[in-house]
Amino acid sequence: MKITVGIPRALLYYHYYPAWEAFFRILGAEVVLSDETTKFILDTGVHAAVDEACLPVKLYLGHLANLRDKGVDFIFAPRVVSVEEKKYLCPKFLGLPEMAQFSVPDLPELLSVEINIHQQYKETISGLYKLAARFDRRPWKARQALQAAEKAQRYYEKKLQEGLTPFDVLSGREPEKIQGALKVAVLGHSYNIYDPFISLGIIEKLRAAGVEVITAEMLSTGEISDGADMLEKDIFWTFGHLLMGAGLHFLQQQGIMGVVLVAAFGCGPDSLTCELIERYYKRRRTIPVLLVTLDEHTGEAGLVTRLEAFIDMLRWRKAI
Amino acid sequence: MKVTFPHLGSLSIALTGLFTDLGLEVIVPPPITKKAVNLGVLNAPEFACFPLKISLGNFIEALEAGADTLVMIGGTGPCRLGYYAQVQKEILRDLGYDFKMIILEPPQGQSRKLFNEIKTLCSNCSSLKVLQAIHTVWRKVKALDKLHARSLQIRARELECGETTAAYQQSLALISEAHTPQAVTVQLKKGMRLLNAVSRDQRKKVLRIGLVGEIYMLLEPYANLQLEKTLGEMGVEVERSAYLSDWIKEHLILNTLHLPSGVKTKMAAASYLNHFVGGHGRESVGDTVRYARRGYDGVIHILPFTCTPEIVAKSILPTVSREYGIPVLSISLDEQSGEAGFRTRLEAFIDLLAGVALTN
Repeated sequence: MKITVGIPRALLYYHYYPAWEAFFRILGAEVVLSDETTKFILDTGVHAAVDEACLPVKLYLGHLANLRDKGVDFIFAPRVVSVEEKKYLCPKFLGLPEMAQFSVPDLPELLSVEINIHQQYKETISGLYKLAARFDRRPWKARQALQAAEKAQRYYEKKLQEGLTPFDVLSGREPEKIQGALKVAVLGHSYNIYDPFISLGIIEKLRAAGVEVITAEMLSTGEISDGADMLEKDIFWTFGHLLMGAGLHFLQQQGIMGVVLVAAFGCGPDSLTCELIERYYKRRRTIPVLLVTLDEHTGEAGLVTRLEAFIDMLRWRKAI
Repeated sequence: MKVTFPHLGSLSIALTGLFTDLGLEVIVPPPITKKAVNLGVLNAPEFACFPLKISLGNFIEALEAGADTLVMIGGTGPCRLGYYAQVQKEILRDLGYDFKMIILEPPQGQSRKLFNEIKTLCSNCSSLKVLQAIHTVWRKVKALDKLHARSLQIRARELECGETTAAYQQSLALISEAHTPQAVTVQLKKGMRLLNAVSRDQRKKVLRIGLVGEIYMLLEPYANLQLEKTLGEMGVEVERSAYLSDWIKEHLILNTLHLPSGVKTKMAAASYLNHFVGGHGRESVGDTVRYARRGYDGVIHILPFTCTPEIVAKSILPTVSREYGIPVLSISLDEQSGEAGFRTRLEAFIDLLAGVALTN
């Protein structure tokens, strides 16, 4: 029987799932995903977490509990410290394996390899080899798995730059092209905006209203850093840099009619980056911005009303 | 040039000394009050952490009082503090203030850079003068921390409520009068004498509580609702796990020389959290373990609401508390905190500790 490795459908799933899946598949393990978010999963997470943790962390813990209940052998819960030079992920990713271990009871063993490109590149690579050796002792197999992961990730990122969202690619549901649509950028952490449950389907709702949705993942790294170059001091969070860079890129672009900022309540980086993005947009007065804050109490009707009002306003502006 | 900086405990004494010794005009922001907090809350992002809001309030009040140069520290993440200055600068600019902001970034191996940044503040001072001023301020910071630590021990045993606080305030004034390293040492001795002269009950049995958590909240009495004074006056001996001099030693000296710092705390935290999580998350866990090992009666963990590194610590502390059998109270504070509710929680916690101490 194959060893099963559970991957929670939360947090970095939206960034790296194709690579992780390829890695474990080549090593001969069976990858088990947690179920799509439900009220039950979220509630489990909310109960397990400390009350102040942000919504995506609560959701992550809920997904871990879901995997535990599925009886997987291992759960892949890496400690992702940094994925590029001089930038970190938010502190919650640095302590995520511990938060999981001390919050959710009876978890299977967590595979918490440390990914730290900025400070410990060599240790990261050897850590990955060590992880691979637990599944297959042949070193060439580990190399093959890493190569497959890289290839899968590159293919995934290419797909995203063609204008698909991570949700579209990962779920295999390609949206129809909308002709003459209103172009609106949705900016937020991928684990907030692509989870149809906690984002209350914000992207689907916009598309249903005839809006073409653009997100930060669809931009190239060059476009992101061009945007971020407007800042005096670059942001030291990878995702903060992504959102800020995308926000400032759109600000200089023609064609984007409006921006929807999505923040999770209590998110440390969002509290500062969203503030700055809003300020820069307000100073230019060219593109309207809507800030939506999500938490576990978000009501759908309120969000629909705000989105409708925002889209109506954008249409009027276009008509004038 | 009129220089100002945010408040942080007794930091204003040290920095006023530094800048006046360099021949600069200093405008100290008015002491933190409800007004400063309200100004900060009104203009800062909604769920930014409390220290950002208070220091923004300090800046606004100082700018209103005529300051034109703001000194703030930077950082390289992942804690939000590293980006405070940029955000505050944009907010103040939108409010229409005209000012220059000097952001002191941690040197990361280049102590020369920090030195140069301090030199840009006063272009006509000699390097020797700058070095001397830095030497004096370092002595002052250490002296202030020593006086503070002593006051925490004495307050728990004072016979007359408030006597320690009065003596402590006098000793702070003594330190601010010193302008050379030697004078600081002399004044420190005088200050210690003042504190030791407080009449107290030496045989009184007191509870001992360790304070851990985020450094701003620990150091700034307004932000932590005078936690140390309140506990001391309830007859509890308090030890604070973080002082400004430790922070300076770690971030400006040891890290610059690539030397390890806080090894004992990190080792104590290792079996629970063996990784840096930004801010003081790991230290909060490690210091709790150390207080437990040293036989303290309890630990109070204090954090600003939404502080991510401390939330990581907060999810781990219940396990530490259970395994070491030491009661831990985590309190997150922000502008919404009410003093009466806070006091009630402290009293309940102390009653619990006293109960535990009786049964042992």
